[in-house]
Amino acid sequence: MRTQHLNFIACAVAVLAVCSLSSAQVTKYQEDENLGMEAHVGKLTGHAKDAATNYRRYCAGCHGDLGDGEGENAVWLDPKPRNFTLATFKCRSTPSGSLPTDEDLYNTVGRGLESSNMPSWNPLSDQARADLVAYVKHFSDRWKTEKSGAVIEIPPEPAVNAERIKAGQALFQKLECWKCHGVEGRANGPSADTLTDDQNRPIKPFNFHDQTKFKCGAEDRDLYRIFMTGLDGTPMPSFSDNVKPDEAWDLVFYLRTLQPMHTQEKEIAKQLGLKPINPNAPAPAAAPAAPNAAPTTQPQSNENKPQ
Amino acid sequence: MKKQAWYRGLAIFSAALTLIFVFVMSQREVKAAPASGAGITGTIKLEGTAPHQRPIDMSKEPACAAVHKANPVTTENVVAGSGGGLKNVVVYISEGLSGSAENEVASSKPIWDQKGCQYIPHVMGLNPNQHFEVTNSDPTSHNIHPMPKPGGPNHEWNKSQPSGAPPIDNTWQAPEVAIHVKCNIHPWMSGYMVVVKGPYGVSDDSGSFKIENVPPGSYTLTAWQETLGTQTQKITVAAGKPATADFTFKAK
Repeated sequence: MRTQHLNFIACAVAVLAVCSLSSAQVTKYQEDENLGMEAHVGKLTGHAKDAATNYRRYCAGCHGDLGDGEGENAVWLDPKPRNFTLATFKCRSTPSGSLPTDEDLYNTVGRGLESSNMPSWNPLSDQARADLVAYVKHFSDRWKTEKSGAVIEIPPEPAVNAERIKAGQALFQKLECWKCHGVEGRANGPSADTLTDDQNRPIKPFNFHDQTKFKCGAEDRDLYRIFMTGLDGTPMPSFSDNVKPDEAWDLVFYLRTLQPMHTQEKEIAKQLGLKPINPNAPAPAAAPAAPNAAPTTQPQSNENKPQ
Repeated sequence: MKKQAWYRGLAIFSAALTLIFVFVMSQREVKAAPASGAGITGTIKLEGTAPHQRPIDMSKEPACAAVHKANPVTTENVVAGSGGGLKNVVVYISEGLSGSAENEVASSKPIWDQKGCQYIPHVMGLNPNQHFEVTNSDPTSHNIHPMPKPGGPNHEWNKSQPSGAPPIDNTWQAPEVAIHVKCNIHPWMSGYMVVVKGPYGVSDDSGSFKIENVPPGSYTLTAWQETLGTQTQKITVAAGKPATADFTFKAK
């Protein structure tokens, strides 16, 4: 009996000791556990622990050792490097407010971000980039408790035609893209000057007239994805609730007519004689025939602007 | 042998004790959450002069400017009535709620409307996981952009809601006082969603509020105002007896 007693007491003491030890070791344990984070991209499996050296060498300068976007270069950069501890990402294939997929992050690392200081990291091996994705994820606990959002599927791109471009323009009006991006896509809409990002820093809308590539890619599919999912952390909202896939393609085609490079869409728009619609005109019939000799970039005079 | 019997007795006794304890506790739980919860009512007053509220220039959105032509609108940071009553203050129970009352989710589905390029209501109380609906009554597009604390349990989202679009149904998963909501297209639009556990009340034009179905007990009440901060006070609610709690905020 006595030995049983002693055994019991010894057990209790051991349990208590382990408990107190483990609470003291939480940070180390947590870090190790976080470094067990994985990323799955196609057949690749990225391991956070394998990316520590590359991260320190290539990423920490801007994104910081702690992934908080406070690297030593950060003060000089605009837009600011992403703070990975917040797990909010612009380039996603998933609904607004949800986590991106591992593939989304992998694509961003490979592609880089246009109009920012984030270069393409394609020179690193596929495996190294997958590892970095896992490392990016290890900075936020959100990845442990939450799954990526459901991917917004992109149907195959239909053939472009005049009807679709006209429908796209109507949608540009209806969704009021011009409020920020401007009637002609010149980033000079009435709300453009007041925009701020989620850290309350000023941010500009995309100017379709002087840029060929978008923040999250250069392809038609990328453009489709950008406005359907929105860019979290910026004023750009998600449109997937109110735009059907077919309509989304119409809008893609219209937006392509606004861009500086030669596109098939631009050619069709030219043949159509497509002009930007002035949203502030009281009634289309009421507009007098060009009384102003010198049209300005004001929306009021857009109707009369020579191409 | 004798000793073994003693141990057996002790085991039976402790088991019985545990059962009795569990029974008593479960009974207590049932007693503590009766359907006849009492209400807490009160008035929120503003002491001093309310800060100047800037007029809002909506000329960039002619449709909304037209709505307010006769009755120009101002910011709503501090809205005090003629009697000094303070509107848009959320009063909730910050301490003292027991499990079931704390985790109950209100079944109502409040509406967060965008009307005349303003949020109606300007401040809305919610429970975690309580559904709410965002509607757009304007002839113009809005983007609804709630901004919870970055890195916290609730996450920022940003959705476009064109004129005539169906309502957006959503929830917040965790308490948060408070989530700022804005529209990037109309930068003057501003509102707050206040997510709290348990019953809550929001003060009206005269500054009065009502919290319904509060189980008897001792609580800490917290009143939150978007620019004047929070105030707390202790309150004891007896079964079936309405309790009162008044708060006074000092104008900054």
